[in-house]
Order: sequence, then structure tokens, then C-alpha cells
Amino acid sequence: MADKTLDAKGLNCPLPILRAKKTLKEVPRGGTLEILATDPGSVADFAAFCKTTGNELVESTADGGVYRFLIKHTG
Amino acid sequence: MSEAENNGVNAKSMTIIVTKGTLDWAYPPFILGTTAAAMGVDVTMFFTFYGLSLLKKKLDLAVSPLGNPAMKMPMMGMHMGMPNLVGMLPGVEAGATAMMKDMIKKKGVASIEELREAAVESDINIIACQMTMDLFEFKKEDMIEGVKLGGAATYMEQALKSHINLYI
Repeated sequence: MADKTLDAKGLNCPLPILRAKKTLKEVPRGGTLEILATDPGSVADFAAFCKTTGNELVESTADGGVYRFLIKHTG
Repeated sequence: MSEAENNGVNAKSMTIIVTKGTLDWAYPPFILGTTAAAMGVDVTMFFTFYGLSLLKKKLDLAVSPLGNPAMKMPMMGMHMGMPNLVGMLPGVEAGATAMMKDMIKKKGVASIEELREAAVESDINIIACQMTMDLFEFKKEDMIEGVKLGGAATYMEQALKSHINLYI
């Protein structure tokens, strides 16, 4: 179970990233943020975001057009 | 404290010169600026000439099909461009703008107002070009809060120490 969940479904680039960055501030260091998105571009974007900011992308899965990302706040 | 200092991981910086003020051209600088800031980059945006319109308190942005053959809108299952002769008619620009705004909303794309708010919130350094402010007779009160005034040298000081400098 993630510490916080962000529903970014229906939002397009760059909103899922912007909202995730904002929400990540409310997650304690070491905690996890779950993000749900429908933007297919978010798969590559969250990988790049995590790599650049030093946060850990623990999970990246897709289910019926909904992408789910689990980010550990390590950045 | 800037996002970069906050973050520590990615203490890089970027500048963007924003020269255009139409609805379509407003997107690239704001998308890249806000995303970079979210990724821990220290961002400066320098607004000059028509780009200044993007800093006005009340945004009234439009897009014109005139002289833009690449602007093909999805219509009736296909993509249609607009001959310049038609684009010149009164009301066509307003119609194209309304259509674009409708598409933006339907597809979950951020509005420029939303992206600009995110830019301010993420401490992007926003500079309005003093010379074009004077040229077009804009007053600082016409612009959103937090805008700094500066000239080419102010921009250059930032650009010289930045990793990425874009002109849009």
C-alpha cells in the first residue's frame, strides 16, 4: 500500500509529472507515491523523471489502458 | 530557495527566450519550463516581443490558420487545413481559437493559465524584456505578480552559466 495515491487519469503531458512532483512533497522521504495515469507518454516520462530526480521507480505497470507507477521518494 | 537547491540531485539550469504569444506557441516554453523545474532544474524564462502577451494578467490568446498550412484540425474523421483566403475572413480566427481550446479541454491538455501558474509556483525566474515593454507600452501592473524586468545583459548573465538555452 502506497503512502499516497495520485489520480492523474485523463490528464496529458506535462500535467501527470507536474502533479506527481507536487504530491511527492507530501510523501515522507523513503515513502511511496502511487500514480494512476492514462497518458501513454507517461510511461517513458516517469522513467525519465525518476532517473533525473533520483527517485526510485519501483513499479511501472499497465492494466486496461491505465498506467500505474509506484515511486519511492528518495530524491 | 529554488527547486534545484531544494533537490540537490540535479543542480542544472536552463533558460528559454519566449518570443511568441499565440495560443499554440505558448505551449512549448511553458511545458518545457515547468517540466524542467519539476525535474529539479533551475529555470529562467525571458519574455520578449510577442511573448510578453503571455505575462498579461488576463490572457486572451488566439491561434490563426492564416499562413499556417501545417494547422490541420481533426474534422469529420479527417484532417482539414484552411485556405489562406478563408482564414482571412472575419470570425475565422476566433472560430479556430475556440475549436483549439475545446480540443485542449477535451484531451486533458493543460491550459496556458494552468501551466503559467505552475511556472510561478515552481519558482521559475520570470523576466520581462524592459525594451519591448516600453516599445509596446505595457506597464508592469499589466503583468502577473513576480515578474522581474531586465534586458539582454540580464538574460546573458543567466544564459552564460546555464546548461541549456532555448529560443522559442
